[in-house]
Amino acid sequence: MDRIKFDAWVGIFVALGLIALMGLAMKVGNLTSNDIKTTYQITANFENIGGLKPRAPVKSAGVVVGRVDSIVFDTTIYEAIVTLSIDERYVFPKDTFANIYTAGLLGEQYIGLEAGGDSINLQANDKITQTQDAVVLEKLISQFLYNKASEEEEK
Amino acid sequence: MILFFEKIGFSLRQKITRLGAAARLFFSILTYTPENFKRFRLTIKEIYATGVLSLVIIVVSAFFVGMVLGLQGYYTLQKYGSSEAIGVLVALALVRELGPVVTALLFAGRAGTAITAEIGLMKATEQLSAMEMMAVSPIARIVAPRFWAGIITMPLLASIFSMVGVLGGYVVAVPLIGVDEGAFWSQMQANVDFQFDIVNGFIKSLVFGIACTIIALFEGYDAPPTAEGVSRATTRTVVTSSLAVLGLDFILTSFMLTV
Repeated sequence: MDRIKFDAWVGIFVALGLIALMGLAMKVGNLTSNDIKTTYQITANFENIGGLKPRAPVKSAGVVVGRVDSIVFDTTIYEAIVTLSIDERYVFPKDTFANIYTAGLLGEQYIGLEAGGDSINLQANDKITQTQDAVVLEKLISQFLYNKASEEEEK
Repeated sequence: MILFFEKIGFSLRQKITRLGAAARLFFSILTYTPENFKRFRLTIKEIYATGVLSLVIIVVSAFFVGMVLGLQGYYTLQKYGSSEAIGVLVALALVRELGPVVTALLFAGRAGTAITAEIGLMKATEQLSAMEMMAVSPIARIVAPRFWAGIITMPLLASIFSMVGVLGGYVVAVPLIGVDEGAFWSQMQANVDFQFDIVNGFIKSLVFGIACTIIALFEGYDAPPTAEGVSRATTRTVVTSSLAVLGLDFILTSFMLTV
């Protein structure tokens, strides 16, 4: 009797624990929503990536199509090389445009892909040649002030 | 003055000796692991004592912790007009930190003390010596099952804590405050990562389980065989486990965040 009682309770306990863990993985975590399994990688060079971080989303038309895999700095060309993992279901033309955008005013930064019109698609390990850097607020402000100052000189 | 330094040196040497003895106990438990899994019934009985009986305190406190997180989080977030992020806040706080840590502290208080007192009393009443006389190793028969029970129990308890806490936060946020249900869950799922958050929290709880159990076992096994000795050992279990958990938490977090 005692033996069966212990076994039953311990069984219930372990089952509860596993259910909780599954619940965390499925309901709380992104194990289900993020079903990007097979990916191919493409790279893109940026002069300035701003606050882009690895694992940031790659979006096209607002849909998450992949994630930023790694960001390294290349000292031969002094640019950041960003590797993107793109879901295999999505293919992009060769002249796709890669921008670094900011979600909201102060949100996280992500890469937006704008498909071009080329008939040849990007293959794995290809490079996106057309990129646009992250908007750095300080640069914008200083440019604005500089323009203002030069306008006043002209007057 | 010299007496003062002598005292410091003595207590330090004693602590190092105890650390060594605890490490020896740990390795001798590991050597009895195969035998322990052959007689798994002993471990099941200990899982009942440490896990099933801790379930009530874990579930109740998790629910309240989750509800408080929901209230406090809402109070701060609505100032910035982003009260939908409350789900993310509750889930991340629970899964990454509060789940493993609070569970470990409760575990040390609820199960660790019981282990220390039980083994200490067995030692005081010479049950352990009697076992040795019968050529039964007390480490194999008494200590190892409790160790494995603790290791199996802790991550499960921490998972239950996190899940119940999230449900507590949900109860406050959605029906009581009126945050949109879809935003609550979808923001949570978008921002809680399985590997970076949930698996790391699981690893934390596993490490805390090992630390709490080994401290409780060692304090019991090492307790002076008197009523006072057992009571002191029980106190030390709670103090040492709590400090160890908080210290280890810092070390583990700093490792996990740098990667």
